[in-house]
Amino acid sequence: MTFKQMFTSSVGKKLVMGFTGIFLILFLIVHAGLNATIWANDGGLMFNKAGHFMGSNAVPRVLEIGLFLFIFLHIIQGYLLTLENKSKRAVGYAVTYKDGSKWYSRSMALLGTLILLFLIAHIYHFWTPSRLGGIANIKALGEMEHNGVKLHNLYAEMDIVFTNPYVVILYVLACGSLAYHLAHGFQSAFKTIGVYNKRYQAIITSMGYGFAILIPLLFALMPLSFYFDWIK
Amino acid sequence: MSQNTMNLKLKVWRQKNANTTGAFVTYDVAGISHEMSFLEMLDILNEKLIVDGGEPVAFDHDCREGICGMCSLYINGKPHGPWQANTTCQLHMRAFKDGETIVIEPWRANSFPIVKDLTVDRSAFDRIIQAGGYVSVNTGNAVDGNSLPIEKDKADASFAAAMCIGCGACVAACKNSSAMLFLSAKVSHLALLPQGAIERKSRVLNMVAQMDKEGFGACTNTGACEATCPKEISISNIARLNLEYLGAGLTAE
Repeated sequence: MTFKQMFTSSVGKKLVMGFTGIFLILFLIVHAGLNATIWANDGGLMFNKAGHFMGSNAVPRVLEIGLFLFIFLHIIQGYLLTLENKSKRAVGYAVTYKDGSKWYSRSMALLGTLILLFLIAHIYHFWTPSRLGGIANIKALGEMEHNGVKLHNLYAEMDIVFTNPYVVILYVLACGSLAYHLAHGFQSAFKTIGVYNKRYQAIITSMGYGFAILIPLLFALMPLSFYFDWIK
Repeated sequence: MSQNTMNLKLKVWRQKNANTTGAFVTYDVAGISHEMSFLEMLDILNEKLIVDGGEPVAFDHDCREGICGMCSLYINGKPHGPWQANTTCQLHMRAFKDGETIVIEPWRANSFPIVKDLTVDRSAFDRIIQAGGYVSVNTGNAVDGNSLPIEKDKADASFAAAMCIGCGACVAACKNSSAMLFLSAKVSHLALLPQGAIERKSRVLNMVAQMDKEGFGACTNTGACEATCPKEISISNIARLNLEYLGAGLTAE
């Protein structure tokens, strides 16, 4: 058995989805944690310092490459699996079986697509100006100085981006999609890597729902905090 | 007795063979008793069709005791009909109301080609079993049942997995037409026992390879299989299968 055979079988493809999914879950924790510093109410200093660390330190930059790789892998594999699975039943049922599974478990590709659309807007809003600002026609971010170090003023950028109510609505809706994607994805990822027996069942299920509610809620509160001026 | 009988409209999938396209045909059946099983109701329909000079509806059945796994039928949008932990042959007509329309479809999956009407070819399951769902170690004469100690928990879990009758309802229920619940039951049943330990790695690898070759879809853990399984095979078997596969895939030559 080669590694290629192993990861291209039906179970192997799911292992790829599960492992990349768990990596993305870990990323969400880091992302939500760092972004929560906007609520420090210090004019964005702590947040911009955190952003500066993530942008200037080698470790997060290397992890960032892995993150992009894993996101692509998760998206492409997800679409391929969906298309392949759909092709396995040439003639469909007249009456669909809905009671045995949750709607969001059956709609992971749709929810994922909504998250992808958001992701494109999100990268355009923050990642591109932060990383590629100043190159060609890409607008550079404003800066703030702290102890002689120039920091990208991502906080000010958030304040600008989230004055647009449509952007705020898009972000909040995307958090809804993320919540349902995680409601299935969290448990499913652990089932896929084999962690789902009597001992872990209850803890994985409750952690999964807890995570699916808490993380998207934190994220949704960020654009809302700027839009409604809850932070100074 | 009139209060215990009912008249029904049946929307039945009729298809001559795998190479033709099928369609629904509607039939009326009258005087169906509440005590009848679903298959007895279909017998009555077929007798009527034969008397009228028509072609009877082909459907699979054998023991009619809920243990052989031969009956199928996707009834009103659920494999084996509305009851939980139940096979079609054990579904009784009291599950339906007088005047109701019942939609009867075959298991639908490319890997289960239609033989005729509601009968599908489930030999793909046989070939998956042939790929590794057995113990080939020469065990000699039958030994005393207690000479090989097995933990009670493991024996129970193995037995629960061995309950699978291979009817294919899991494939029929799954939006991906995946056979993972079936496969995981067969792999778990043997992986939990010392007799199955010798061929543990090659078994899971070969059976997954055969499942893919048969053209079943990949599992996305929606849980529809578990919800419809007449023997209530747990989805935790799928997690066990995944772990078995990961371990075997990483350590096999």
